Amino acid sequence: MRIGDFKQSYAADEAVFRSNTVRVWLVVLFAAMAAFPFMVGPYLLYMANLTGVAIIAAVGLNILTGAAGQISLGHAAFVGIGAYTSAILTTSLGLPFFLCLPLSGISAAFFGIIVGAPSMRMKGLYLCIATLAAQMIFDFIFVHWNSVTGGIRGINVPAPDLFGLKLDTEFKMYFVTVPIMIIAVTAARNLFRTRVGRAFIAIRDRDISAQLMGINLFQYKLYAFATSSFFAGVAGCLQVYLLKIVTPEHFPLHESIRYLAMIIVGGLGSVLGSIFGAIFMTMVPEALQSGLALFQGLDDKVMSYLYPLQTVVFGLLIVVFLVFEPHGLAEMWRRLKDYFRLWPFEH
Amino acid sequence: MDILLQLIVSGIAVGGVYALIALGFVLIYKATSIINFATGEFMMIGAYFFYTAMVMIGLPPIPSFLLVMVCSALLGLFVERAILRHMLGQPTISIVMVTIGLSSILMGLAEIIWSTDFKSFPPLFPRAPIIIGDIIVRSNLFWGFVVAMITVILFALLFKYAKVGVAMRATAGDQMAAFSMGINVRSMFTVAWSLGAIAAALGGVIIGNMGGIQPTLGGIGLKIFPVVILGGLDSIAGAVVGGFIVGLVENIAGGYLDPYVGGGVKDLAPFVVLVLILLIKPYGLFGKEDIERL
Repeated sequence: MRIGDFKQSYAADEAVFRSNTVRVWLVVLFAAMAAFPFMVGPYLLYMANLTGVAIIAAVGLNILTGAAGQISLGHAAFVGIGAYTSAILTTSLGLPFFLCLPLSGISAAFFGIIVGAPSMRMKGLYLCIATLAAQMIFDFIFVHWNSVTGGIRGINVPAPDLFGLKLDTEFKMYFVTVPIMIIAVTAARNLFRTRVGRAFIAIRDRDISAQLMGINLFQYKLYAFATSSFFAGVAGCLQVYLLKIVTPEHFPLHESIRYLAMIIVGGLGSVLGSIFGAIFMTMVPEALQSGLALFQGLDDKVMSYLYPLQTVVFGLLIVVFLVFEPHGLAEMWRRLKDYFRLWPFEH
Repeated sequence: MDILLQLIVSGIAVGGVYALIALGFVLIYKATSIINFATGEFMMIGAYFFYTAMVMIGLPPIPSFLLVMVCSALLGLFVERAILRHMLGQPTISIVMVTIGLSSILMGLAEIIWSTDFKSFPPLFPRAPIIIGDIIVRSNLFWGFVVAMITVILFALLFKYAKVGVAMRATAGDQMAAFSMGINVRSMFTVAWSLGAIAAALGGVIIGNMGGIQPTLGGIGLKIFPVVILGGLDSIAGAVVGGFIVGLVENIAGGYLDPYVGGGVKDLAPFVVLVLILLIKPYGLFGKEDIERL
């Protein structure tokens, strides 16, 4: 039985794998993830792929909002920029997938820096509303710049080509999405062990103190925006290849709110939380939908009541989590682990 | 030239209504420092209350108006007591998200209760358009502006002279000092939410009267952010001035630019103004600048 930690150095305290138990469980998890696509049908694989994309985007947002404390209501717009970049690069220039992926990230990061630049002069609520404005403006551009974005009809994207292998099924995409997701998560986890990640946390906790300690606020806030939008851009690129189409409808304000909901339900500032949150917020609406399908036989009147119920449940989830469990699913998971670790003793 | 005048007049008229809704927002922000993303939904629910009172119950307009005020005040009170009270001292993002969640709940509930169908009020004002010189103003727009302005003035007077208004201002200025002078700070929060909900709801009734109501009506609430940022988040005068500026800008920009880009400028223009204002004067025209010390 593992009952406690005894660390003798900072390096040990900051290690990626805190103990051997963690390593063992990670191997089990990876094995399960590798076996998953062989056991389930295309629908679940499709959901898994979407969840993977959501995880990348949520981890990105959590770096900006959870770690650096800059609220962004425009994350979906950055996902959208990544998506449009890769769609345009593939359809008009015929660039291959492995080039589009980093380029989408870079182009989203570029716009992230532009949107983040005013963040020096404002913070908190004002920044939150500035990003809301960015979301509305990008949304407008996606819809109205017909010659580039294809307007409301969007752009159809062919299945990506990876070194001659056509990634045309959910099964094949799974083996692209999941490794990228794992890289993204590992990168984020490691970011918080570096100088930059620590600076983000210092800015969130008290920006003036951070500045006094020699952190260049402007520079690091821009880093935060750039990193977060890079993740968003990569997620957008993957999303385009999953859905084979990009339209403005995929990136409305509501989608930005959904990403925020993910990191709040999961746990602000925690990488694990972003993963939990992304899974939760992708799966719950699907579960509700399937739940509603059970009532399909009932007459239309009842159905018309059940559909808006999803909107209510979405809102309730956010409110209930914030009121009763502000640290999110990550905190619940920690308590659960502690319970089993300490069992049968409570403390 | 005629077109420009026409656009200016309708811009001012719409701006008056924005000012009223923004007032609902500022009242809540001033007293509680909570940015209420559900303002638009309070507005939408207010319009539905009015619809219920007038069409479904069949009351005459004035009692319906009073009923809307009572119901919205109760809604504001309930929301404050049930949700926001638990959020005191939480980080900004949590509070922002809670109101976003609230807006989602209110929208879903409205769809369940009143269905997604488009609804409109029976005519409240004489149909004949108002003609000022060469300019024709739709009667709903004109009377909506009049009602909105009367309400804004009443709120301003209440805030300046009534006991509760003075207490609210004191709370907004310095909670500790207000508390030690015997003001019940907690109940001031509740009052602020109730008044805020009433202002938004009345704005909703006017907007609903102009263009009908749907559960998505709350989307107009998003335009309130440019309005309040422009004026300064905690300034009532700012809300009014901001309302007029945004109303004018969106109408003029919409009128002149829409043909070139295929519509939608009206919804975008306020946000472009917002970005510019944030860059030049981050605390708005009348906002109080935060000075932070360690």
